[in-house]
Amino acid sequence: MRASQRFKFISLSITWAWFGIFVLAPIVLIGITSILTQNEISIVSTPLTIQSFYDTLTGGYAPIFLYSLLIAATTTLLCLLIGYPFAFIITRASNRFRPLMLMLLMIPFWVSSLIRAYAMVIMLKAQGLINIALIYLGIIYKPLHLLYTDFAVMSGLLYNLLPFMVLPLYANLAKLDHTLIEAAQDLGATRWQTFKGVILPHSIPGIISGVILVFLPAMTLFYIPEFLGGAKTLLIGNLIQHEFLVIGNWPKGAAASVILMLITLLLLIPYWKSQPKPTRAKS
Amino acid sequence: MIKINEKIITNCFSFLIYAFLYIPILVVVVYSFNKSQFSMIWEGFSLKWYRELINDHEILTATWHSLLLGFLASTSAVLLGSLAAVCIKRYKFQGRKLLHGLVFTLVVIPDLVMGIALLILFHFLPVPLGFWSLFFAHTTFCLPFVIVTLHARLGQLDKHLFESAKDLGASEFVLFRQIILPLLGPALISSWLLSFTLSIDDVIISYFVAGPSFEILPLKIYAMVRTGVTPEVNAISTIILGFTLLFVVGATLIRRKK
Amino acid sequence: MHNPIIELKNITKAFGQHIALQELNLAVNNGEFLTILGPSGCGKTTLLRLMGGFEQPDSGHIFIDGYDITNLPPEERLVNTVFQSYALFPHMTIFNNVAFGLKCNGIDKNEIKERVEETLKIVSLEKYSERKPNELSGGQKQRVAIARAIVNRPRVLLLDEPLSALDYKLRKKMQIELKQLQRRLGLTFIFITHDQEEALSMSDRVVIMNDGKILQSGTPRDIYEEPNSLFAAEFIGEANVFDAIVTESTKQNTTLKVQNKTITFPEPKQFKAGEKVHLIVRPEDLRVWTEKEVKNTDDMLPGQVEQVIYKGSTVDLIVRLIDGPLISATEFFDEDDEDLFYENGEKVWIHWLPGWEVILPYEG
Repeated sequence: MRASQRFKFISLSITWAWFGIFVLAPIVLIGITSILTQNEISIVSTPLTIQSFYDTLTGGYAPIFLYSLLIAATTTLLCLLIGYPFAFIITRASNRFRPLMLMLLMIPFWVSSLIRAYAMVIMLKAQGLINIALIYLGIIYKPLHLLYTDFAVMSGLLYNLLPFMVLPLYANLAKLDHTLIEAAQDLGATRWQTFKGVILPHSIPGIISGVILVFLPAMTLFYIPEFLGGAKTLLIGNLIQHEFLVIGNWPKGAAASVILMLITLLLLIPYWKSQPKPTRAKS
Repeated sequence: MIKINEKIITNCFSFLIYAFLYIPILVVVVYSFNKSQFSMIWEGFSLKWYRELINDHEILTATWHSLLLGFLASTSAVLLGSLAAVCIKRYKFQGRKLLHGLVFTLVVIPDLVMGIALLILFHFLPVPLGFWSLFFAHTTFCLPFVIVTLHARLGQLDKHLFESAKDLGASEFVLFRQIILPLLGPALISSWLLSFTLSIDDVIISYFVAGPSFEILPLKIYAMVRTGVTPEVNAISTIILGFTLLFVVGATLIRRKK
Repeated sequence: MHNPIIELKNITKAFGQHIALQELNLAVNNGEFLTILGPSGCGKTTLLRLMGGFEQPDSGHIFIDGYDITNLPPEERLVNTVFQSYALFPHMTIFNNVAFGLKCNGIDKNEIKERVEETLKIVSLEKYSERKPNELSGGQKQRVAIARAIVNRPRVLLLDEPLSALDYKLRKKMQIELKQLQRRLGLTFIFITHDQEEALSMSDRVVIMNDGKILQSGTPRDIYEEPNSLFAAEFIGEANVFDAIVTESTKQNTTLKVQNKTITFPEPKQFKAGEKVHLIVRPEDLRVWTEKEVKNTDDMLPGQVEQVIYKGSTVDLIVRLIDGPLISATEFFDEDDEDLFYENGEKVWIHWLPGWEVILPYEG
């Protein structure tokens, strides 16, 4: 082999070995596990069966799946409703403030989400800041029961995931040519018409990216429902975790994961469609 | 009048959002210095919880483990990622599209699913759950971010730089070592910092692939919060926050400099 | 007959559907300054990249000194390339940039130092060896790029539009410098450009390319004075093109019917009577006479001045021929004919010395 080819061969081999073993193989294995049978001794074994998928989609699992989807969808919608105007405000901020506003948005993005989930617990506890503040202001007389409710779970998710919605939206809206808005207004469009006709269509790819970045973690960040929802709010993430590490029914957990991957794929379809086709540059 | 009102509404809205984002974190920081054990009532400044942390042997070990793991995993992710980015950018080979697809999959796959997938892999290989399983897992989930960052940077470089190095007689290795790596410099550092942060923060994937022989900090915190909130968690969160801030600011400065 | 230093035989290269080069043959002589000239997208850069080893041809062979190097990678070829963007390594000093190729080839340290210093002296940059590329001006970077290539003593130096990033004045200066350097080194230069003026002023030989094919190859003078195609005529310099019909063709002369006049030209090329042809005359070869200046108008074409463009040393006239096309004529100021004042709308007669025209087969 030529000296110049040796490096290419080695680096390709290393890359492929790693991706083959630690990415491709695990994904294939999860698919295989989902159609195996649970076994006391070796965890999983033949015969092949689709029983796990059947069990996951019916019985006790189905309502939890639906409930997870509902919570995730509500969280995503809230993130969008709050995040969209906020992203737009940042794009319109003056050159002096914009970097600061972005930086302030980035910092929580990088803070461990575990710690942020924990911080929300501190806020919502019976003796948490919100209750103390409300009592101090005389609005309530005894602490509200905030922790371990759906409200708490959604606040935690919203708190954790809001930056993931704002950042792609900002990246998208920042690219919007401001003269387009002025042109629309110049042509006599009302604000609502400008928004609907110019801004919204332009920001569809940003919305889709944001939705993907929020929706999936909202279903799978299992420690958020665990910290904030207690035993009451079980989401699909908790269920998969439970199935794997407590009950030890790997096929069922794997089947749920496969379904989760399919949901991911479903969400990605509009994302791919919204991406502009790369045009091949001629040399 | 309308203009002014609009400005006020906009500012209030932004302020509320930043308040929402920062108050919980600040509360954790402030109360890490609170003397009181249970309530949120301020009973005076104290470093008691930090002192307790320093004496908590388990937490210190877990912290050391996390730092070590973060260092090793992000270093290997940057090494592997730079090779992979160069391969994807420069070479034509069989299965290039598949490799692209796998990088993309790693970016979008839920952590939970990746954790389970790796758990199954380690079960079948078998790799005992502990340092090595964590190392493989962390390197793997850091990889796509490194590849995406470096690939983008490679795309910005003049491709004639590579061609002219080849033209002057450089082998692929010399090209990689003397041209590509130095030119990627700042991108290598910022992707290392990014990987390190990801590794230090990860809970979900680690949760599945960690074993009792190698405890790491996030899982320790997770267990502590689950068993009941203690002021010690406030203290350790504050320390982590401080370091994260340092990292983010550092990485931003490095990127800005470029 | 001397042997070519680099030779391309039947080279074909396609990118997907787009055929960049088609069955191309080219031989370059040792020590020649050869320019490949063509519009962007004509395949000239692809041709250079094939010689440099950055692309592989789909079919055909490339020889250097008679050895087939078609499949050798760039690092093993005895040719070096100067890129349009210079492609200087931004993280290395000028010295290390120039030394890079020598280091790659495992040359002894002392010799590297000697050769780099010598080469930097040739391009008069010996004082800049410790600077970084971004501390140099465009012209200096250009010279580093050349130094970095020639220090390796290549058999052939390939230059991909190396002057196009420079401003007009600097470009002029570098053209002269490059030509002098080439003479001094006795090195074969293959130079690519889309700038016809650059091509004419620097080259020993010009190759005109279009649509992946070589249309014509010859000295700058041949190319300019005897274009063999409408494309070559119009791409290099300006050309007035008339449609004409051959009425008679003998061994020495060709008689054409052009703009309702029948004129005989000393053209040895053989055409068939009745054949349609293009008649090409350069603007500077045209003479424009006012009505009172001429008596015999048998060989002249009547027209009307549409526009007068003053250009300092010349006056350009745009003339509308009666029942015909717009043509342009360049009149030089000279002491014999100071009377270069024309008015818009003035009736004029167009004339040129027979033999200064080019007659080409009709291309449609």
